[in-house]
Amino acid sequence: MAEPDRPRTDKSPWNWLLLIPIVVPLLTFLYNHDEPRIAGFPTFYWLQFAFILLGVGTTTLVYQMTRRSRR
Amino acid sequence: MSDHITEIIIFTFLFLLVSGMGFVASRWRRPKDMAHLDEWGLGGRSFGGWITWFLVGGDLYTAYTFVAVPALIFGAGAAGFFAVPYTVIIYPLFFLILIRLWSVSHRHGFVTPADFVRSRFDSPTLALVIAITGIVATMPYIALQLIGIEAVLKTMGVTGESAFARHLPIIIAFAILAAYTYQSGLRAPALIAFVKDTLIYIVILVAVLWLPYKLGGWGAIFDAADAKFQASPSPNDGILLNANNQVQYFTLALGSALALFLYPHSITGVLASKNRDVIKRNMSALPAYSFLLGLIALLGYMAIAAGVKPLPGASPGSVDNNTVVPLLFDQQFPAWFTGVAFAAIGIGALVPAAIMSIAAANLFTRNIYKEYLRKDATHAQEANVAKITSLVVKVGAVACIVFLDPQFSIDLQLIGGVIILQTAPAVVIGLYTRWLHRGALMAGWAAGMGLGFWMLWQIPNAATGRKHFGGSAFPLSEFGFDTQKTIYVGFVTVLVNLLVAALVTLVLRAAKTPEGTDHTAPDDYLADEGDPRIERHRDETAVETPSST
Repeated sequence: MAEPDRPRTDKSPWNWLLLIPIVVPLLTFLYNHDEPRIAGFPTFYWLQFAFILLGVGTTTLVYQMTRRSRR
Repeated sequence: MSDHITEIIIFTFLFLLVSGMGFVASRWRRPKDMAHLDEWGLGGRSFGGWITWFLVGGDLYTAYTFVAVPALIFGAGAAGFFAVPYTVIIYPLFFLILIRLWSVSHRHGFVTPADFVRSRFDSPTLALVIAITGIVATMPYIALQLIGIEAVLKTMGVTGESAFARHLPIIIAFAILAAYTYQSGLRAPALIAFVKDTLIYIVILVAVLWLPYKLGGWGAIFDAADAKFQASPSPNDGILLNANNQVQYFTLALGSALALFLYPHSITGVLASKNRDVIKRNMSALPAYSFLLGLIALLGYMAIAAGVKPLPGASPGSVDNNTVVPLLFDQQFPAWFTGVAFAAIGIGALVPAAIMSIAAANLFTRNIYKEYLRKDATHAQEANVAKITSLVVKVGAVACIVFLDPQFSIDLQLIGGVIILQTAPAVVIGLYTRWLHRGALMAGWAAGMGLGFWMLWQIPNAATGRKHFGGSAFPLSEFGFDTQKTIYVGFVTVLVNLLVAALVTLVLRAAKTPEGTDHTAPDDYLADEGDPRIERHRDETAVETPSST
């Protein structure tokens, strides 16, 4: 798999994207509100549920972009 | 007891079904030679995407989580919802960091994080410290799984006059669990996790669709919770955070995420997967469980809207909030469905309890038995010692619940989260750099542990009237800040740990203290399935470097 002349690496600029789902869910001021509600859910709850999708989206993107076969 | 007879029958039936599966699991994906720790303790390092998803999901989201998180929401509101951001940020962290641990462990045959630390820093002593920290942090976590089962049994009315009669069902359940874990190793929880998680997904999806319909919609549920918290005298509850607990909220989420991936049982689940791709793909798929956990958390509000009154606790006058979710099901659903839900919680306790006891057994075997008691142990002897240790660990967990106040286990688990974080500098930073000195890592660990105990000791709990170990939210005013804000103990201690480790490193460098030899190479951290593995690594290094710190 690894070519002897070119050492393999797990470094990639795409990895920086992973900081987004690590940092955003920690910013309480973003979501610590009641309004607007969606389907009865206060912002505090629906927005944090939405962060799960943010996490899934980012890890999937980074995974696809850093697969070894792509290089 | 008679009103719950349908629930008890369904619970017992499903429990016995998965116990049967636990024993059969030893023949599932049967290896040529089971007498090897890689087979018993890591399922042959061969699990693919689906098995890993169920195994790690069943491992991280424990029965206690499913009972305690809604209990927290029921009692305190928004502050209990930290479980959602916590399980969002953990996966990118796994994706970046734990993948390197998988690779280096694959290359070198490491079974535990302490194995890695030993090779990386050339220090069996540091490895011993990491191993003992892991075992001590894991033990109360296993005991807590029993509290999950107990909440269910209590709701079904399975209680007795004497302490022994009351605990008999749990003792039997754990004896069965111990027997099939002994026999099948990590294959048992991997197979049972399929049943457990399928049951939990069905139960929760039905509950979150049906209950809001019955209780007047989500808006009404949140409004009922809001009304309850407005009426309560406590300043720190509510369906939103207040000015004082926001720092606690995000530091707890971050600290818990770091702690979770340092816990030996999460690492065991990850090391059992067969290649890097399996882990990376799972980091996109595992958040499905976070979604489920968020919905489960909201069961706490549904219990408020449904007017659930928790059962009395162990001490007179107290209430056991852990019973609110079982009671909610008992009140709102037909008996057969409640039986399925209770079985899901009960079986849900078995999967993580099995993995935790295996992880603790692996640590003891590799980093205490093989290191200090019997250096020339064969693979078969290692596997055997681990099997026996897993039995001892479970007996210890049951004893904790039977002989001690359950509150003691909850306190210990609180401490456990803080102490496991103290292994972060050695394990996490060690995966990237060897700059920190092995002696400094020990100093940092000691500083973090000492500070952690002091801080936890200082925290009172007004609700239960206890003076010490009342929670993990440390008032910043204790440090002399003029504020009402609180912060998560683990977060502060790990920062102090790092600071001490960095300073002592500079001192030890200046004093030219020997640093030992790194037995790993940079490329090891990128190794994948199919790359050559370094066999019998232990025996070689033992000859090369008899020294230690």
